[in-house]
Amino acid sequence: MIRKTVANVQEALLGVEDGMTFMLGGFGLCGIPENAISELVRLGIKDITCISNNAGVDDFGLGLLLQKHQIKKMISSYVGENEEFERQMLSGELEVELTPQGTLAEKCRAAQAGFPAFYTPAGYGTEVAEGKETRDFNGKKYVLEHAFEASFAFVKAWKGDEAGNLIFKGTARNFNPCMCGAANITVAEVEELVPAGGLDPNEIHIPGIFVQRIFQGEHYEKRIEQRTVRSRN
Amino acid sequence: MLDKIGIAKRIAREVKDGYYVNLGIGIPTLVANYVRDDISVEFQSENGVLGMGPFPYEGEEDADIINAGKQTITTLPGASFFDSATSFGMIRGKHVDLTILGAMEIAENGDIANWKIPGKMVKGMGGAMDLVASAENIIVAMMHTNKKGESKLLKKCSLPLTGVGCVKKVVTNLGVLEVTSKGFRLLERAPGVTIDTIKQATEGSLIVEGDIPEMTV
Repeated sequence: MIRKTVANVQEALLGVEDGMTFMLGGFGLCGIPENAISELVRLGIKDITCISNNAGVDDFGLGLLLQKHQIKKMISSYVGENEEFERQMLSGELEVELTPQGTLAEKCRAAQAGFPAFYTPAGYGTEVAEGKETRDFNGKKYVLEHAFEASFAFVKAWKGDEAGNLIFKGTARNFNPCMCGAANITVAEVEELVPAGGLDPNEIHIPGIFVQRIFQGEHYEKRIEQRTVRSRN
Repeated sequence: MLDKIGIAKRIAREVKDGYYVNLGIGIPTLVANYVRDDISVEFQSENGVLGMGPFPYEGEEDADIINAGKQTITTLPGASFFDSATSFGMIRGKHVDLTILGAMEIAENGDIANWKIPGKMVKGMGGAMDLVASAENIIVAMMHTNKKGESKLLKKCSLPLTGVGCVKKVVTNLGVLEVTSKGFRLLERAPGVTIDTIKQATEGSLIVEGDIPEMTV
């Protein structure tokens, strides 16, 4: 067994520097690496590029890094519901690259799986495809999209073991598995860290080979963005 | 004339037994409430769930189980969770049978614009560009005109496009229209709506052939 455990979030983030590109898992506030984000805020590193489907809300998730003006550029598919984000984008303080959601996921997966680029039909004929190579396959048009390059991937899983194997829960899975092994160093934070042998190998979603550092996170808030319920009557 | 619920009810009749369906945010989300209960349908949400159920009972919300609108949801027996790359593999790979989404503008050639108003609103395309580029069966749910009374069914979209030549059918508050190589072909009128009203509200080419029935909702 190759041990991936680190003592805490401080050790997990050793080596992060100003100007780096990070991948961060999550969809909205669901499945975001809360501990890694808090530590990035505490470290105060600046000029970072974040690859993340969304940008959090004003006072939670990546919104915390936006408040402190630590983010130089966001690469996302949907950035609504965040006033500070909108203000920084419209004033030109923040650079934003909007990417179709499936393309965003595949640019992560391509980096993980060793593909330099791929063709997708998404965005053909729109401003997303401007300046990009296009090609016809069997009469349909496709756009060439390149794999992401990032220094760190910060992901959140439900359970993990000392070997870095991960299991996700519900829709908190989202972009997290696609980002594992897609950056130079993948840091996984989990709600429950167990010894090797504590997880059934049949049920592992991401094998530990894709993870360099793993730790048990603290104080998960798991904020709900849109609480929708039905009445029992 | 139909209201938003009427549009959702009419679109629900397009959902067939055995379909996997992706519903966009807004009117499309309402469609799930009106699908016949004697057919088997699974709803896909692109954030990674197939087999979506209704909202949870109060007190049973789970922050780890949401839909693409970030609303808390439940799952039904037979449901599954998956990652985002797999989710869009289902979409691009044409495994999803029907996509229902909203739009700001539709052009008579099937172009759609629904993600950006330059200088005013830039929230992003989310999964819409992947959906419209791949789905073979796309129905747009929207009001026929905007808040200023201007047509949303145009000769050419004025807003940045989400996809080209992809929309097959449009259900609005005024009627049901099919996108053909010659323009919007009127299939049905909403209750109490005249052909003249639809003509006036449609900027793009409108084809009216034969008797146009009033829909039953």
